[in-house]
Amino acid sequence: MKPPVIEVDRINLGQGGHRVLEDISLTINEHEFHAIIGPNGGGKTTLLKVILGLIRPDSGTVRVMGGTPHEMRAHLGYVPQFRTFDFQFPISVQDMVASGRLGHLRNAFQRFSREDMDAAAEAIETMQITHLKDRPIHDISGGERQRAIIARALAGKPSILLLDEPTVYVDSPTAVRFYDILSQLRETMTIILVTHDISALSPDVTNISCVNRHLFTHHDNQITEDMIAGAYPCPVDIIAHGVPHRVINDHDNRVFGGRK
Amino acid sequence: MIEALGFEFFRNALIAGFLASIACGVIGSFVVVKRMASLAGGISHAAFGGIGLGYFLGISPLAGAAAVALGTSAATAWIRMKAHQHLDTLVGAIWATGMAAGILFIYITPGFAPDLFSYLFGNILLVPRETLLMMAILTAGICSIVAILYPRLVAVTFDEEYASVMGLHPDRIMVILLLLTGLTVVMLIQIVGIILVIALLTLPAATARLFSRSMKELIVGASLLGIVFTTTGIWLSYAFDIPSGATIVIVSACVYFGALPLQHRVLGRRESV
Repeated sequence: MKPPVIEVDRINLGQGGHRVLEDISLTINEHEFHAIIGPNGGGKTTLLKVILGLIRPDSGTVRVMGGTPHEMRAHLGYVPQFRTFDFQFPISVQDMVASGRLGHLRNAFQRFSREDMDAAAEAIETMQITHLKDRPIHDISGGERQRAIIARALAGKPSILLLDEPTVYVDSPTAVRFYDILSQLRETMTIILVTHDISALSPDVTNISCVNRHLFTHHDNQITEDMIAGAYPCPVDIIAHGVPHRVINDHDNRVFGGRK
Repeated sequence: MIEALGFEFFRNALIAGFLASIACGVIGSFVVVKRMASLAGGISHAAFGGIGLGYFLGISPLAGAAAVALGTSAATAWIRMKAHQHLDTLVGAIWATGMAAGILFIYITPGFAPDLFSYLFGNILLVPRETLLMMAILTAGICSIVAILYPRLVAVTFDEEYASVMGLHPDRIMVILLLLTGLTVVMLIQIVGIILVIALLTLPAATARLFSRSMKELIVGASLLGIVFTTTGIWLSYAFDIPSGATIVIVSACVYFGALPLQHRVLGRRESV
């Protein structure tokens, strides 16, 4: 058994006098497709940023593939929330995706090599946006932009891909195609997906954690509705608006059932 | 009109406009896409405090301006790191404090401040030869640093957080960018004066941005537009005997506002998702 790719150990974090994350421990193994769900403001994005090393916790440790997030940054691919982007920025899809290779350059004087350009081209190909590569990002649709952002993360050839609310700004057909792409990517990398919308969860998800200041993990494949009710004190509203019974049954029949 | 080229001061003015336009095109492009126009305004107005200090200490007012502009740039970069949300207010405070300090220094300095007006409103027709040499060195320096850091500067101005995930140290890159902005501001004070610096720093880049598909296009376009604006402004200023700095800014603004309605036709950009 390989060691886990991500080990979060008893993290505490306060921001502006509020406890945002409290005593959170989380272990993610290689090739998991791990969904982190929870209500808005529950700390999902903050937890993701702690794993990425963007926010330092007040206490506790984060290990990524045995090292600190900073040491292992070349293994991390990040897809930030869509709304944080300035799409009026004058940059082509090609250049934006290639910028995902900057973490692989050793110093400020080194330029992109053939290998870097090939990796960018491959990521563009994977996300099926080759025909758009010379277009500026302000001149493509929302779904195309989302694919370009994921391509940038893939250009770095990450072992772990972390996505923050990737389907919020895309329409349903695009979201479906997007999950198809993710299930392909699962073959080669660990995927961590943050979302508040559990009705849109892919059937390929292998593990689910719920964050609402505290963390509730559902490692067990044989998850039952009783367990959900016990371990899920937080998102009563989410379960209500996310059509919970269908989701839970989906877990039993398709996701986890398929792996028995 | 051509006979004006026979005068050394006129040729110097055109060369100064050319050099300033290149520095503005390069730095202004980053200022515009990173939405730092007010920050650049704060730095240039704070530099007025340095000019007053220069008079007070009996040193070159421009040296005082350079010291204060660079100090303010570094301080702003530091504040930016520590307190993102208050930056806007702090820029306003720095802006006003610099102007107020400048006025007080000039008031308590005995005698008359001879070139005060040219620091406030600029006078490109009075740029001496040795200043041109300094401007050439500064412009070459600014361009080289940007050329070396180009991919990182673009990555950090586009998405600071992702740059951080990739280990690019966005804070350090932003310090460098702000220091370069401070240097450019000091250079521009000669041309258009403190009050109009933001215009020359942002209008050519803002106009070029309407038609640019990449940062490279934007930088080249902004530099070329800057050269056209300054040259036109200098000619008009000479021909009609009107203040050069203000003329350059009015020319730039006319082209910018005239170009605004054209952008949709050229790029067909999408406004939102």
